Amino acid sequence: MFSRKHLLGLDGVAQEEIISILDTARSFREVLERPIKRLPTLQGKTVVNLFYEPSTRTRISFELAEKRLSADIVNFSASASSVKKGETLIDTVRNIEAMKIDMVVVRHSSPGAAHLLARVLNAHIINAGDGGHEHPTQALLDMFTIREKKGRLDQLTVALVGDISHSRVAMSNIYGLRTMGARVLVCGPSTLIPRHIEWLGVEVYHNIDEIIEQVDVMNILRLQLERQRRGLFPSLREYHNYFGITRERLERATRPILIMHPGPMNRGVEISSDVADSEHSVILEQVTNGLAVRMAILYLLAGGKSEIH
Amino acid sequence: MKFTKTAIISRKGFQPLPERLLLKNARLVDPVAQMDETTDLVLEDGRIASLGPIDAQGFQGEVLDLSGKIVSPGWMDLHVHLREPGREDEETIESGSLAAANGGFTALCCMPNTDPPIDSQEIIQYIKDRSADLLVAVHPIAAITKKREGKELSEILELVEQGAVAISDDGSPVMNAEVMRRALEYTKMVGVPVIGHEEDVTMTDGAQINEGFVSTCLGLRGWPTVAEDVMVARDILLAEYTGGRFHVAHISSEGAVELVRQAKARGVQVTAEVTPHHFTLTDEAVRGYDTNTKINPPLRSEEDRQALLQGLVDGTIDVIATDHAPHAFEEKEAEYIYAPFGIVGLETALGLCVTELVQTGLLSWTQLIEKLAVNPYRALGLEPPRIKPGHPANLTIFDPEAQWEVNPARFLSKSRNTPFGEKKLTGKPLAVINQGKMFFSTL
Repeated sequence: MFSRKHLLGLDGVAQEEIISILDTARSFREVLERPIKRLPTLQGKTVVNLFYEPSTRTRISFELAEKRLSADIVNFSASASSVKKGETLIDTVRNIEAMKIDMVVVRHSSPGAAHLLARVLNAHIINAGDGGHEHPTQALLDMFTIREKKGRLDQLTVALVGDISHSRVAMSNIYGLRTMGARVLVCGPSTLIPRHIEWLGVEVYHNIDEIIEQVDVMNILRLQLERQRRGLFPSLREYHNYFGITRERLERATRPILIMHPGPMNRGVEISSDVADSEHSVILEQVTNGLAVRMAILYLLAGGKSEIH
Repeated sequence: MKFTKTAIISRKGFQPLPERLLLKNARLVDPVAQMDETTDLVLEDGRIASLGPIDAQGFQGEVLDLSGKIVSPGWMDLHVHLREPGREDEETIESGSLAAANGGFTALCCMPNTDPPIDSQEIIQYIKDRSADLLVAVHPIAAITKKREGKELSEILELVEQGAVAISDDGSPVMNAEVMRRALEYTKMVGVPVIGHEEDVTMTDGAQINEGFVSTCLGLRGWPTVAEDVMVARDILLAEYTGGRFHVAHISSEGAVELVRQAKARGVQVTAEVTPHHFTLTDEAVRGYDTNTKINPPLRSEEDRQALLQGLVDGTIDVIATDHAPHAFEEKEAEYIYAPFGIVGLETALGLCVTELVQTGLLSWTQLIEKLAVNPYRALGLEPPRIKPGHPANLTIFDPEAQWEVNPARFLSKSRNTPFGEKKLTGKPLAVINQGKMFFSTL
């Protein structure tokens, strides 16, 4: 059962809670195949999408999930740096809450921003990404996709490839997958692997070819050019040559590897086009599943119980 | 004046210092004299008149029964941010001094990162004027470089002549080794130490907390211990080469403690201070994102904390100083990455020291008082206060057994940014006496 007030991260979320979310999401996934995709579940509820960081797919995904559940929606987007000079985050959200809203979906560049809101507001808080900390709905949709494709999460080996140091997607995946009993590998340049990550029960690799034989799933993370300017890797060229996932590399695998990417992709950097568009890629299915998973989370946080319809 | 039996517990705030005051049954601890004995102390006209048993019945003057209390030479906090001039909403010279008295200190050194900074004789004079009548002696620390920019030396000779007791660009490390070398060389003429904020800023851009498992879990950019260690190593070598006096501010890493230990063994003129928060807390306290755990240098790992304790025990770390850093409520009540670094410390220092260092059996009372009342003065090349007939009455009185809970609402500092709210502590300040004034703690 999932009966939390907020979804701030997957750190500390129990196996049965994750299963409850994924099972609920499966029901919503079926709803999405119907000609009429709208349910009255959140009628009369108001959800605020508070985006302090640019986002396209996560914001649209949440918005659509809210609309499918008949919620009233308010969107607030601002760059954190501009807000910093004016009204404080807490004043902004207290003002919004004073207009009697029920849920806040928050994306922010500061780790802990969702925790801060949970401390000062009465509304339900959903973390849609807080800096380099967590992005729980992304990890849940990743796990949902793996489970749909592979039928399970335990006894699978999942590799997270690329920039682990700055990846909230990686962190939430590690927490969730480890809780579900998967073996988790992280693979990337040593300058992009954070200290003591192995204490979270993951194995660290720096050579893609070493892991290809072992994995069932590869979740390929976006590389940001800013990391090169900070001196964390020398060039996109070298990165692609050593860490980019190409068809040539994948052909060495003896079993099919499920290819995932949270998007947006840098084609030709962390992933080559022929891999992104290959039969093993489930990148677009992730997006569809994301909608179902977010509907499930909104539904459960609003007090919905297991069975829908 | 006739004999009055005083219930000292009921007193709060400033009280007139009687012409003649008998401190009865006090445990007097003066590390310089290697004194630790329970007896009576008579103060007369703000000076220490005599030590030794006195019959209270026949005493002409006021009597304070200090049974079970410790009387020590007055404590000095070597590292305080008073925020005046510039941010008087956060702290003033007067409010910071009151907070110091409330926490058991009779002297403090104020860091120069004010606005304008303490890099001119006018600002030194301003601080001296504003603090002239206070119980707590306020000693300005002047900037190493003009505007604390790390480029050109400030007018150090003149600043010291005006009253600066040390120089430091605290908060802004001197990244240019040549500037640091010249500062250590130049200050030799006046004998004041150069106090180093040891942080290689090329390694800490955007850093929020200690780099380690917790920073990984919380997604906050890490401030590695080695960014402190490389600077401590550099400045020890520069002090060794120049023969200057170097004091490490708020030491926080295992590596830095070891570097200081080795340097002392070689005879380098180096001293070091640690804050109560660094020897009490670790980066585990950051989980939950309380911005009152955001401090520079950051709270470190348990291994580092243990090394700090060991450094206190073996004398590698000479001084306990608070790095009292007041911040406005609204600035701390923010996203973690936007909150400013620093916490207040003057009013929790004594309790943390007693709880973490004496109660645990790590330090004796004499050793603790050495690090609060003796070594801070010696690090500056000054004579520490004494409990000795003829000397001015400069005393810290505290209850070593009192158990209490930290209530930031009782602080006299203008700021409340502490991670220790509701923490249960043993050891509580009772009163301070200095400059002919007496103040009873309101904590």
